[in-house]
Amino acid sequence: MTLIKTNYNRRSFLKVSAATGGGMVLGFNWLTSCTPSGQEMLSIPDSWFDINAFIKIGENGVVTIMSPNPEIGQNVKTSMPMIVAEELDVDWKNVIVEQAGLDTDNFRRQLAGGSQSIRQGWQSLRMAGATARRMLMEAAAKEWNVSTSELTTENGTIYHKSSNKSIGYGEVSTIAAGLDVPEEVELKDVKDFKIIGKSKKNVDGSGIVKGEPLFGLDYKRDGMLIAMIEHPPAFGMKLKSMDARVAKSMPGIVDVITVQTEPEDKQWSDTNAFTTLVVVLGNSTWEVMKAKKTLKIEWEWDTRPESSDDHEQALAKLLEKKPDEPGRKDGDPEGAFRKAAKVIEKTYSAPFLAHNTMEPMNFFAHVTAEKADLVGPIQTPQYLRKSVSSILGLPEENISIMMTRMGGGFGRRLYGNFGVEAAVISQKIKAPVQLVYTREDDMTQGTYRPAYKVKYRAALDDENNLIGFHVRGTGIHGGPVFANRYPAGTVDNYLAENQTVESNISTGAWRAPRSNFMAGAEQSFLDEVAEVAGKDPIDFRLELFDRAINDPVGEKNDYDPKRYAGVLKLVKEKSGWGEETQGVYRGVSAYYCHNSYVAQVLDVIMDKGKPRVKKVWCAVDCGIVVNPEAARNQIEGGIVDGIGHAMFSSLTFKDGAPEQNNFDSYKLIRHPEAPMEIETFFVENGIDPTGLGEPSLPPIMGALANALYKATGERLYKQPFAQQDIVLG
Amino acid sequence: MAIFNLNVNGKQNQVDVEPDTPVLWVLRDHLNLVGTKFGCGVSQCGSCTVHINGVAVRSCATPVSMVGNQKIVTIEGLSRNANHAVQEAWLEHDVPQCGYCQAGQIMNAAALLSVNSNPSDEEIESAMSGNICRCGTYIRIKAAIKTAASKMS
Ligand code: FES
Ligand code: FES
Repeated sequence: MTLIKTNYNRRSFLKVSAATGGGMVLGFNWLTSCTPSGQEMLSIPDSWFDINAFIKIGENGVVTIMSPNPEIGQNVKTSMPMIVAEELDVDWKNVIVEQAGLDTDNFRRQLAGGSQSIRQGWQSLRMAGATARRMLMEAAAKEWNVSTSELTTENGTIYHKSSNKSIGYGEVSTIAAGLDVPEEVELKDVKDFKIIGKSKKNVDGSGIVKGEPLFGLDYKRDGMLIAMIEHPPAFGMKLKSMDARVAKSMPGIVDVITVQTEPEDKQWSDTNAFTTLVVVLGNSTWEVMKAKKTLKIEWEWDTRPESSDDHEQALAKLLEKKPDEPGRKDGDPEGAFRKAAKVIEKTYSAPFLAHNTMEPMNFFAHVTAEKADLVGPIQTPQYLRKSVSSILGLPEENISIMMTRMGGGFGRRLYGNFGVEAAVISQKIKAPVQLVYTREDDMTQGTYRPAYKVKYRAALDDENNLIGFHVRGTGIHGGPVFANRYPAGTVDNYLAENQTVESNISTGAWRAPRSNFMAGAEQSFLDEVAEVAGKDPIDFRLELFDRAINDPVGEKNDYDPKRYAGVLKLVKEKSGWGEETQGVYRGVSAYYCHNSYVAQVLDVIMDKGKPRVKKVWCAVDCGIVVNPEAARNQIEGGIVDGIGHAMFSSLTFKDGAPEQNNFDSYKLIRHPEAPMEIETFFVENGIDPTGLGEPSLPPIMGALANALYKATGERLYKQPFAQQDIVLG
Repeated sequence: MAIFNLNVNGKQNQVDVEPDTPVLWVLRDHLNLVGTKFGCGVSQCGSCTVHINGVAVRSCATPVSMVGNQKIVTIEGLSRNANHAVQEAWLEHDVPQCGYCQAGQIMNAAALLSVNSNPSDEEIESAMSGNICRCGTYIRIKAAIKTAASKMS
C-alpha cells in the first residue's frame, strides 16, 4: 500500500458536491497518455490536455466516470476509467463511462502536468479513485460511529468486519459529498489490482458495430448548413479572384464566400499553409460537392513552388554540410574514423506522408454575436478554444467545445485549423455550419510528416569493435535525429547532428514523430554494421547494451539499457531466433520511444514473387499494461501502420501541388498485405505505465527492411520500399 | 430534383433529391442514417459499404437513381440488436480502434459470409481488400470473420 498526499494535486480536487437526485460528484484533474509527447515534437509546449473529469456515484451504486479526454482510437475512454475504478474499488460492470465536453459549467480549465506525465496521469487517476473511496469510507464510519481504519471495501461495498455490517457506496455517497477532501489517501499495491491488467472491452464497442452517431461527421443540428472549402491547389499559392456565379445558381446552394482563417494570436496548433479559403455553403453535402466543382478560381503565386526533386536535392546537399553545433559529441569521432579498419557509410530517406485519418477533417460551429458553440473531433480542444477566441474576438468563456469520437488522429487533429475555419465561416454566414473536407481537400491540405534523410557512419577496428559512430539527419522544418538515443552511450566516439530545410509546405506531428523515420534507418544500418562485423544482429546490439549498462558513455542517454536489452532478449527467445526455416526470411529491430521499449522479429515469405509478412513477434516494455487486449490491438495497429507506410505510402509534389489526392493514387496498406500473424509479449515489471499507441510503429520499418534484405539480397535505403523494383519482384 | 421511393432497412422512405445523388448522401443527409461512413467518395476505401439486394456496394458511387425498388440495408438495419454473427464476432475480438471504418468492414464481411459461409484466409483477404482500415485492425477483422463463419454454420 502506498500513501500519497492528495494536496500534491489539490487544486484539482476543487469540486465535491451532491449530485442532483442524490449521490456524490467528485471532480478531478484528468491527464492523458498515449498522445504524441511534447518532448518528441518540436514547438509543442509542455502543458498538454488540461481538462477535468468527474466521478459520479449514484444512490443505487452505479458509478459514472466522465471521460472528457478525446478518444481517437487509442482506447483511453476505456483504459483511463479502468484506473479510476481500480482504486475506487468498484465492480467494472457497474461503471458507466460518459464523454464530456470541454466547457460545461462543471468542467473548468485547469493546468495539467507536463506532456511527459503519463506517470503523473497514472497517479492522478488512481488518486481520484482512491480519494472517492476514502471519502465513502469516512461517510460509512460516521454512520456507524466507528473508525475508518476498521473498514474495508470490495466491489463497491464497505464492510465493518467486527460488527458484520456492510453498506453500498451508493447509500453513503450523499453523505460523502459533504465531507472534506482527505489530505492523504492510500493507493493499492500493484499485486492487488483487480481491474487493471484484466482485459476490458471497448466501452464504445457496441455503438460502433451498430453504426451509432459517435463521430464528428455524424453530428447534426437543425438549420445547419454544409460548408466545404476550396484551398489553393499548390503550396505557395494564394487566392487571386473567384467567379462563383454558376455555383451560386445551383440547387441547394446558399452562398459562396471567402474567409481569412489565421488567428492574430498564433499558437503552435495553428499550423496551416492555406489561410484564405473559398467556401461553398448549402443545404446538403452532395449539392455543395457539385457546386464546388463549378467554381472558377484564379490563384497566384505568393512564394516559390517546390517539387519533390527540390526537396531531395536540398536534403542531400545539407546532409554533406556540417552544422554549426552538434547535437551531441562524445570523444573524438573523426579520430576514430581516421584510424578505423573499416568504415560503413549509408544514407536513408523517406518521403512526405499524409495522416489520412479515415474520417476526413470536419467540425461543427455555431457562432452568434455573444458566443460560439463548437462540436467535433479535436485532440487539443483547449488550444482550439484559444485560437477561436482570438479570431472571433470572443472571450474564451463564451466558447464551448464538445469533443466527439474521432475517426483516427495520428497527430493530424492536434492542429485545429478546421475548427477555426468552421467558426469563422459560421460567424460570417450567421448560421450553424458543419465544415466537411473531401478526401482530396484533406490529403492536399498539408500538416504532413516531413521528408527526411539521414546519413550514418560507423567505424570498426580490426577486431570488429564499434569505435566510432556518426549520424547526421536532415528534414523539412527540423532534423530527425535524437542526439541522446541509442547507440549514444554505447560508443566512445560519437557525433549526432541535425540540419533543417525550410519549405512552404506545412508539416506536423505524425504518429511517433521523427522516430517514425529514425528507427527504420538506424535499425537497418545496425543490421548492416553487424553483418560487416561478422556478428549476429541481436548479439551485436546486446554487446552495445552491455557497454551502456556497465560503462555508459556520457550522462544524457535517454534510455534504460537494461530494459532495452530486456525486450530484445525476450523477442529472441519467443521467436526462436537462430533457427532457420527454408523460405522464411527474418529481420530484427529494437527501438525506444515514448518511454517504452519495443523489440520485434519479422518473418517474410515470398508469395508469387511478392514479399508477405508471415509473422511478427513483438516484445514490449511499457510498464504496467492497463487493458491488455486493447494494448495488443494498439501494438498490432502500430505494426500494420508501420509496415504499410514503409512499404507503400508516399506523398510527392510537382510545382507545389501534391501529386496524390485520394486512395487511388496514395497507397495505404490493405487486407492482403497485412501481416498474417502478430504475437505480442509484454514485460511484466510493475513499473508505472508508459506510451503504448506509438512505440510499436517505428521499429517495424527496420525489422521489415532487414527481413527483405534476407529475402532479396538487397538492402533498402529508400522508403517506400515497394517503389523499388527489387521488392516488387 | 426528383422523388425517389427507397426501401431502406425494411422501411419505405421518400426523398426529393437530384438523381445523381449518391446513396451515401441520401442516407446520411436525408434519412439521418449516419452509420454509413464517408471516407473517400471514389470507391477506394469501403467505409460507405451497404447492401443492395444483399450485395455489398459502395454507396458513395451509387447514384440514388440506380436503386429503383431494390432493398437497401445499412449497418443500422443489419440486425435488430447488434446480434448479427458478424457484429457479435466484432465485439468478441474487440476489433475497433477508432471505429470509423468498421461499419463498412462489417457490411462487407456480412455480404461475404452470405455467399461463402466458410471463406479461406485468401478469400477473406481478397473479398475485404476494398476496405481500408487506417488503424490497422486487419488481423482482428480476419479473426472475427472466421469466428462469425463458424457461428453461422
Ligand atoms: S467512401 Fe465509398 S468507398 Fe470510400
Ligand atoms: S478502426 Fe480506425 S480506420 Fe479502422
